[in-house]
Amino acid sequence: MKILVLVKHVPDTETKVKLAAGGKNLDDSEFKYMVNPYDEFAIEEAVRTQEKLTGESVVVSLGPTRVQEAMRKAMAMGIDRGVWINTDGHGGELDSFCVATALAKVVAEEKPDVVFVGQKAIDDDSAHVGPMLAELCGMPHVQVVTKVEWQDGAQSARVEREVEGGIIEVYDVKSPMVLGAHKSLNEPRFPPLPGIMKAKKKPLAEKKLSDLLSDAPLTTVRNYALPSEKSPGKVFKGEPLPEMVKKVVGLLRSEAKVI
Amino acid sequence: MNILVYAEVRNGKLKSTAGELLTEARRLTGGKTDSIHAVLLGEGCAAHAKTLATYGAGKVFVVEHATTNTYQCEPHIQTISQLIQKNSYKVVLGAASPTGRDFFPRLAARHKSGMLTDVVSVSLDGEKVVVRRPMYAGKCIAEVMSQTPVTFVTIRPNVIPAELLNAAAEASVENFQPNIDAAAVKSKIVEVRKGKSEKPDLTEASLIISGGRAMGNSDNFKILHDLADVVGATVGASRAAVDSGYAPHDMQVGQTGKTVNPNLYIAFGISGSIQHLAGMRTSKIIVAVNTDPDAPIFQKADYGIVADLFQAVPLFKEELKKIVEHS
Repeated sequence: MKILVLVKHVPDTETKVKLAAGGKNLDDSEFKYMVNPYDEFAIEEAVRTQEKLTGESVVVSLGPTRVQEAMRKAMAMGIDRGVWINTDGHGGELDSFCVATALAKVVAEEKPDVVFVGQKAIDDDSAHVGPMLAELCGMPHVQVVTKVEWQDGAQSARVEREVEGGIIEVYDVKSPMVLGAHKSLNEPRFPPLPGIMKAKKKPLAEKKLSDLLSDAPLTTVRNYALPSEKSPGKVFKGEPLPEMVKKVVGLLRSEAKVI
Repeated sequence: MNILVYAEVRNGKLKSTAGELLTEARRLTGGKTDSIHAVLLGEGCAAHAKTLATYGAGKVFVVEHATTNTYQCEPHIQTISQLIQKNSYKVVLGAASPTGRDFFPRLAARHKSGMLTDVVSVSLDGEKVVVRRPMYAGKCIAEVMSQTPVTFVTIRPNVIPAELLNAAAEASVENFQPNIDAAAVKSKIVEVRKGKSEKPDLTEASLIISGGRAMGNSDNFKILHDLADVVGATVGASRAAVDSGYAPHDMQVGQTGKTVNPNLYIAFGISGSIQHLAGMRTSKIIVAVNTDPDAPIFQKADYGIVADLFQAVPLFKEELKKIVEHS
């Protein structure tokens, strides 16, 4: 079985976002990066699937040199090798459609049975690339996946996805497919020390973004703004608690008018 | 300029987002309801056509087809694509719900057209569609322009207040039979299991009561559920509470959980990490109860009480009960 996992390097969740060039860009000078949290579930599922059904696993990332860190982490968790789409020197904007088209070319070469992705990236919050890639590759997709049971080897899978109110939709999906991993799918392992050592020597092939890119972006960011800060609110302390609660609930009704 | 609105139906019920989407569509057409088409898919969905008209849909397509009665991505995409071919649309609008977010990006890719997800406002700049959308879980807002003749947009629920146009309005209703290419349906729905909760999802809730690490254990969340039941609120949790195993992950509010924007968000024992604040900062009113007067959550709160949550929760329950009983 051939298993692909897509990994994105995103700014750490503790990152403070600042603007640059009057809002034309974000100031990324102090960004620290991490593996997109949802991608960790995708990596873990890829490794577990390979452990169970044998075959080969490949991590694919698109980004500048630093994304190799994310790829090495995936390899330390057990992924066999990597394909890196190098964006260094690419000046223009990339929207999710551009990214999906570049990734689709790698998928066409690798011919996987399954592509695991994180159900969304926590930076742009779009959750576009999984479904777009699936469309471009003619594969079915299931997003926000909480359970995967392979059937007939790897011919198909019964896949559960979580929607609003905890409702679970259950699908029968034909391979090859794209699955967007959600939090409760599994518990990602910490990369073991021998895994970290081995990962350094695992093969990592490089591709140039310019060789894979065929389209101009379909959407472009005009500018960024920071959300308006609220003026400080009313904080009560030191009074008898029943009084304070009464005041706050009263204000919620009379002033804020939300109840 | 025509707009198509995907009005979502689940379990035979029309989602409240339909009114929000039609309100935004009316703003885009300058009040011209003739240009606003809506599509309903699902068994018995025709019953909702009237409601859509009252919010401004001039025309409603009703689709009752074996493959679309329960949501499946591919038949939904084929159906809407056929409507797009029949009538040309400038904007196709849906809600940024689990369903909208599942099929819209794929639909947009099929049409090689701009996709803008989870937006909070839509406008036109000349011929181009421009939206505002939060990124980094709301740490910044991006203004994004689509470069294609048709643009697909999903709007964040609960942001645009639904405004009724005219309770007596009527729409022209057309039954639409899609041609579904069954061979392309490679992912088939086999079962929809009910959730544990009848309450709205965090992402759609207008009232949220959340607990943090200070809840101490999972049993203690029961007091929040009891409080929430009084006002029909949905219960959420901070990452610290989820990571400690006090609450399931689907209750997590924050950058690595759900981004929420209720009218009222009450945070009990939540200190307010950057990633939590990012996920709930757009709540209209924030109330925080925490023993630590320096907790960052108080910087974002409209109303705060420095107190122990275990003493405060029963008092909140009492006070809110009085209001519910008197209204």
